[in-house]
Amino acid sequence: MSLTEERRATGDPGESAQQPLLSLRGIRKNFGAVQALRGVDLDIMPGKIAALVGDNGAGKSTLIKTIAGIWPPSAGELLWEGRPVTIRSPREADNLGIATVYQDLALCDNLDIVQNMFLGHELLSRRLLDETKMEKRAKETLSDLAVTTVSSVRQLVGSLSGGQRQSVAVARAVMREARLVIMDEPTAALGVSQTAQVLDLIRRLGDRGIAVLLISHNLTDVFSVADSLAVLYLGKLVSSGSISDYDTQKAVEIITTGASGGPASQGRERTLPAD
Amino acid sequence: MAPPDTPPTAPIELGEDGLTPEDLARPGTLGGIPMPESEPDSTFGQYLTAWAKRIRYGESGILPVVAGLIVLIIIFQVQDSVFLSAGNLTNLLVQGSVFVLLGMAEVWVLILGEIDLSVGYNAGVGAVITAILAGPPHNLPWWVAILAGTAACASFGALWGVLVIRLRLPSFVVTLAGLLGLEGVVLYLVSTNGTGGTIRITNNVLLDITNGNLSPAAGWIVAVIAIVLFAVLTIAHDLRRRRGGLVAPPMAITLVKVAFVAAATVALVLICNTNRGELITLEGVPYVVLIIAGFLVLYTFMLSRTRFGRYLYAIGGNAEAARRGGVSLGWNRLWAFTLTGFTGGAAGIIYASRLGSISNNIDGGTLVLYAVAAAVIGGASLFGGRGKMIYPVLGGLVIATIYNGMGLLGLAASYQYMVTALVLLAAVTIDALARRGRTSA
Repeated sequence: MSLTEERRATGDPGESAQQPLLSLRGIRKNFGAVQALRGVDLDIMPGKIAALVGDNGAGKSTLIKTIAGIWPPSAGELLWEGRPVTIRSPREADNLGIATVYQDLALCDNLDIVQNMFLGHELLSRRLLDETKMEKRAKETLSDLAVTTVSSVRQLVGSLSGGQRQSVAVARAVMREARLVIMDEPTAALGVSQTAQVLDLIRRLGDRGIAVLLISHNLTDVFSVADSLAVLYLGKLVSSGSISDYDTQKAVEIITTGASGGPASQGRERTLPAD
Repeated sequence: MAPPDTPPTAPIELGEDGLTPEDLARPGTLGGIPMPESEPDSTFGQYLTAWAKRIRYGESGILPVVAGLIVLIIIFQVQDSVFLSAGNLTNLLVQGSVFVLLGMAEVWVLILGEIDLSVGYNAGVGAVITAILAGPPHNLPWWVAILAGTAACASFGALWGVLVIRLRLPSFVVTLAGLLGLEGVVLYLVSTNGTGGTIRITNNVLLDITNGNLSPAAGWIVAVIAIVLFAVLTIAHDLRRRRGGLVAPPMAITLVKVAFVAAATVALVLICNTNRGELITLEGVPYVVLIIAGFLVLYTFMLSRTRFGRYLYAIGGNAEAARRGGVSLGWNRLWAFTLTGFTGGAAGIIYASRLGSISNNIDGGTLVLYAVAAAVIGGASLFGGRGKMIYPVLGGLVIATIYNGMGLLGLAASYQYMVTALVLLAAVTIDALARRGRTSA
């Protein structure tokens, strides 16, 4: 059974409501002697927004690249809907339904919105590009996601604002029927109204049953959209749980000290610069 | 024979500033403004406004080069009334064909953000091989000779491609080596097969490429077929978009476009069909014009309607984005380099056909600079991601106009080079200023 068929075959919403969409079990990643990830366990639920936070160098980027198939893990197990899978390339991640929206967005400025949304997966009719069908589907996806700020889908992506570019990158993932969208710092370098626009888009992904793994430094954004929180500290997952178990102060403390939360640990590592 | 362009759609003016998150959260609306289910067709006026806006944003397309060409034609006609005579214009088209085809060759790699400096001498290699095989003692059929010549050029192009892609060498250096090496190949082949540093072309078909003409009647038939095809395809394209509920340019714009192409084609045939001979009748569209038109249509089609063409633009715009989208960078780039070599070879054969021979003093170094200049004057970008096949056609005509017009005025080659340099500088300056306008807008 090919990976694509597998994706089609497993679409029972009743079952997947309880079961995590993706589970990481003891994921390790070494670069030579450097241990970037030291055994990470994480569950990502369908239709939920999981925030992954951590200081610089905590291993956030390494972790998402492991899931996205760019760097296969050195050890550990990935379970996709309970089944063990290996993701060795971005193409394999794509076949499972995992889409990654990178910080640099990976868009071609010289192509228009439609061309970018279909890049690498163009629709053809009689072996030629089917522009009409692609433009229609791009418009449908954008309006499904209520992305209404672009004046024309034939606009060059180079002329779009940061928030609009982010929307195009997300819409591309949705259109490819992604079931897990990994977003790396989606609101970095965006203005206030554009940030609101992108956060709104993230919420709508959750409403559509798409799982989101959100990597962000901005705790305000995290607390406004996320359902659950996971904190990485020096390659280890030191704390995770429902977002309601945390507040900003507690999250900051865990991020900076790696203390696994709770009142007991509060006095212990106060010597580290928490503020 | 302008290719059907992607029509600019009239933008619905919607800002995105000054909105609260609640406004944005309301689905299907923007700040309380309901979005139309499908955008209505824009009117003539809106279309022109949208067009003007695109020009201001640096997407001026072929406008500057067409304007420049018209200015040049007026200047030369005022200076010497022979310039616009049918005989001279036809001559100009034939002169320009080599620059145009070399420019088309260069566009394939320019879109990728690469360059091929060897294309001038590669053209020489193609011409020499074709001339040797079609002449005594081999006397092979003309088409075998052309196939062998262009195949050799295509494989040299592919070789540069392999070196650039597999070894990650800069194309500038690889093809600079190619320029030097292929000059050597041309000298070697001419010295071992020619007499007195020249190989004469004796095959009549090869000579006819630039010296033969369609009969006037055949010229008209081809013109009518071309105009009807263009009109049908353009209008069918618009209808398909309307049926799909997408924005299509207003009918008036489409008709203006078709009328413009029809007028240009009719003018071309009228000029070429005028008797330009002095002692004998000499009339009709030169075959080479038809060949260039064929290359233009085929290559434009490949770039705008196939996945391959789309991927070349994507790689030139952002190779990493293309790679993450699953585009094979290697194969697509290899084909582009190969097509550059192949097209260069075809240009070389036309060059030799015009001269009636190919000699060891072919200046491939200057030819390649004209090739790049033709593409850039027309509007292609050296930084990749931007270029169409119509660009070297117009740029090549500009260069041929300068070359021809200054020749008529009896000005020395020194002036031709200087004026061409100024036009090239003007072209890149207009482009740079237009794009600065876009980033600051």
